Amino acid sequence: MALLDVKNMTHYFGGLRAVHDFNLAIEQGQIRGLIGPNGAGKTTIFNLITGIYTPTEGEITLDGQNLIGLKPNEIASRGLGRTFQNLRLWRHMNVLDHVKLARYSKIAYGLTGAFFGTPKRYKEEEEIESKSLDLLELVGIRHLADQIVTNLPYGAQRRVELARALATDPKILFLDEPTAGMNPEELLDMLKIIRKVHEEIGLTIFLIEHRMKVVMDLCEQIQTLVFGEVIAEGTPDEIRTNPQVIEAYLGKEVEA
Amino acid sequence: MGITPEKETSSNKGVRKLWDNAREQFRYVPLLGWLFAALISVLVEQIAGNLFAQLLGISKVPVLFGFILALSQPALIPNAIAYVLVIYILPVLIVAKLIANIANRLSAWLMGYPIVLSAIIHIGLLYATLQIWSSISDYRVLLLKLTLIAIIVTLSLNVVNGYMGEFSCSHPGFMAVGAYVASVLTVLFFVNGSAFGAAILPKVLAPYMFPIILVIAGLITAASALLVAIPSFRTRGDYLAIISLAFMFIVKSTVENLEIIGGARGFTGQPDLATLPVVFIWTIASVWIINNFVRSTVGKALNAVRDGELAAEAMTVDTRKTKMTAFLFAAFWAGVAGGLFAHVLRYVNPGTFGVQKLAEVLAMVYFGGLNSVVGSVVGAISLTILGEALRPLEIFKWIIIPIILILVMIYRPTGMIAFTDLDMKKLLKPKQKPETGEV
Repeated sequence: MALLDVKNMTHYFGGLRAVHDFNLAIEQGQIRGLIGPNGAGKTTIFNLITGIYTPTEGEITLDGQNLIGLKPNEIASRGLGRTFQNLRLWRHMNVLDHVKLARYSKIAYGLTGAFFGTPKRYKEEEEIESKSLDLLELVGIRHLADQIVTNLPYGAQRRVELARALATDPKILFLDEPTAGMNPEELLDMLKIIRKVHEEIGLTIFLIEHRMKVVMDLCEQIQTLVFGEVIAEGTPDEIRTNPQVIEAYLGKEVEA
Repeated sequence: MGITPEKETSSNKGVRKLWDNAREQFRYVPLLGWLFAALISVLVEQIAGNLFAQLLGISKVPVLFGFILALSQPALIPNAIAYVLVIYILPVLIVAKLIANIANRLSAWLMGYPIVLSAIIHIGLLYATLQIWSSISDYRVLLLKLTLIAIIVTLSLNVVNGYMGEFSCSHPGFMAVGAYVASVLTVLFFVNGSAFGAAILPKVLAPYMFPIILVIAGLITAASALLVAIPSFRTRGDYLAIISLAFMFIVKSTVENLEIIGGARGFTGQPDLATLPVVFIWTIASVWIINNFVRSTVGKALNAVRDGELAAEAMTVDTRKTKMTAFLFAAFWAGVAGGLFAHVLRYVNPGTFGVQKLAEVLAMVYFGGLNSVVGSVVGAISLTILGEALRPLEIFKWIIIPIILILVMIYRPTGMIAFTDLDMKKLLKPKQKPETGEV
């Protein structure tokens, strides 16, 4: 059985059909991509699966567990981590606290520990901290741990988002345009990090991308979404040569 | 004055140099040294204060660092300054300088033991200083107790308005609930011949029961906070401000119309249970617990909810639970503060817990600094003392304090000391001169 299974998902915003009959089955360890022109509904699909919207129709299961009707935080703690297209960092918090906070649902010391500073709390906070530092090491920004995020360059902020998502211990990671707004150098770094995360943790990844280079380099399987419908699915090579995809991206050739 | 610009800058430079010099002199005095120095200075006042005041032509010891004296009798300003200089500033500076080394060694030695020991010694010194300072007059005792209570209220409001970034107006309402619940309980249990008949428990038990009663008052206040929390935390935005403001008025009018607890006339007869040590211990406890909370990862979730709710949810934070917990937690402390307040004044009336109280508490939070334990303490102390110090100016007080607030908002929009929690280890550690001589 697939790790993440989405069946016949359809969603309407009022009378507008944003997503139509979307199907997806991601196996353990895969990197899958979702591409499509602006406004095709890619982020809507992310938001539907991660619980920000509830789909009008369809089924979503993660590891056999139903996700429909759960709150975003419940879905996240069941092992679905995500990053955001436009960074959503907490602007007054330092890098380390970002990553530590993503362990929220796994904290066992509870309010007693929080109020009275029990030894259990300090022990647990220490564990969380060392784990968080390891993740920062993995994405290559351990030296920035005590910086406030708003002081960091854009590329580093993206890495904070990634480390934070990883700290939730995801079974599957959703990356919403992980290289948006990056310069070529930052882009290559990010690709390297994503690949490293995939190889070292063996993480399953589902990503939305705009840039063909990124998807073609990373993904084993790609879906192309146009106006809420999947028009093509296949390996990067198949997608690259698919006439419908070319049409959606470049437009139709005017016949002479 | 006929000072040319150049001369002014050079004198400015002189002042700066003097200031830097002075800072350099006292940089290496640890907190322990300062506390000890403060203790000595209040002892000096205790012994020589009266005599010195008479020598200066002031009839008795100025109660509030000479502020009130200076404002009510401007002719005596030099005398007031002389008094403050000789009794407070000089002894503190001299002693701090003299014992810097010993205090550093002592602090370093204490660091070898669990931090609790060091904290208790510091708190003990602080208490001794306050006790001796306030023993000069009843006015000082009252002012001190009200200041300490203001610290609890400000801190607890800062949890909601600062750390969580919502705007709550219900704190006076919470204080009222706490004040009335605690008053009713103590009067019911320990006072003969009140509206509730004979005392149920012997009076000897009162001091031991008082903490329990305060906790009960806090818990009931927290439960009443659910009335605000349940409807307003479904969504973000201005709902909380409006609903909490409504809550404040509801509490006020309810109490005004409950004849059994005195209605609008107020409720009196509370036993004298809120002594200085009791209020002091509760204040320390509230600072400690709130500081613990906001420094934990569980507490940091509040910041995440404030700065990006969607991201917080995606990072497994249960935002609704987090907001509810923090709000009830804040209400608990406001209730405790209200209970203490009622027993300090030994009289409460619903008029106290209105818009003016709200303005006062909000001012303390925003003046001191949002998202800041240190800021709340500073805000509560400085505005309480300022309010008292400017009392001789009567109506002008209400012009000067708002102007100060406006200036703070212009120059430091987040308050005097925003985003600073108490770091015990950093606070209590010795401040040795670096061996290499480098800074």
